[in-house]
Amino acid sequence: MIRFLATAIAAFVAYLFLTAGSGTIILWSEMELIIGFILAIIVGLASYRIICRSGSLRMANPVRLILLPVYAIIPLFIEMARANIDVAIRVITGKVRPGIVRVKTGMKTDLGMLLLANSITLTPGTLSVDVDDTTRELYVHLINVPDELRDKKVVDARELFSFFDIPGWIRRIAE
Amino acid sequence: MIETAAMICIGIGILFNTLGVVGILRFPDVYTRLHAETKMTTFGTIFLALGVILYAGGMLAGTNDSQYLTLAIHTAIVVIALAFTNATGSHAIARAAHRSGQLPDPSVVDRLMEVQKHD
Repeated sequence: MIRFLATAIAAFVAYLFLTAGSGTIILWSEMELIIGFILAIIVGLASYRIICRSGSLRMANPVRLILLPVYAIIPLFIEMARANIDVAIRVITGKVRPGIVRVKTGMKTDLGMLLLANSITLTPGTLSVDVDDTTRELYVHLINVPDELRDKKVVDARELFSFFDIPGWIRRIAE
Repeated sequence: MIETAAMICIGIGILFNTLGVVGILRFPDVYTRLHAETKMTTFGTIFLALGVILYAGGMLAGTNDSQYLTLAIHTAIVVIALAFTNATGSHAIARAAHRSGQLPDPSVVDRLMEVQKHD
């Protein structure tokens, strides 16, 4: 029951975002609210087993929901800008030293792994290639492998980023 | 004023997208090409979307027409969807490439290769 409610509310909020500005009841028209309500119930019934598989409601915590956009706008965007300028210089000069390293993440949940893998792909010259589900380790392709990372067998996820403690942020948001 | 800011954002976005395309042509193997494709196009498109949002915000303040609010919100949703799908898709391509034997070349180290040999 609680899993169904959480999924339905999330679907309803997503529908409200998509139809904002359609009418006069705050921002939405009557029709959109009614259809959104019906669709949210259908989506909730159809998909609560998949979307809310673990039954844990930690993502309903408002602090986590506020931290997620803050994380996306400040630390992730600054790391992305640095990575992009770095890759842009490499596109022009053509200097690359690629390689695949093994990264220990320390995440405990699937959502944390998803956020970290996507953050790694979007940020500093790195690309997640494969995941080891049992040990929760990532195999990451680096466009420029520094010497100290090349000689290590397992790299800590923190060493991939330069300015912020991205794994710490993700742990605060998703676990 | 706000239109100028929007134009600058769109210019930066097009510059990064162009560099991404150049990177796809210049880099040596599939993984480095994915680097150029994923990062540069996501970053460039974020700036393109930022330009659209700035423009829509300026028009919303000027005309108070709710269609510009819809435009801004939809563009923001495009950015979120793009950031997730682009990262996930490139991860899928890289994994498939490595599993089908397309090894990184040139490379200085390949820990995944070492693991696959053992099992």
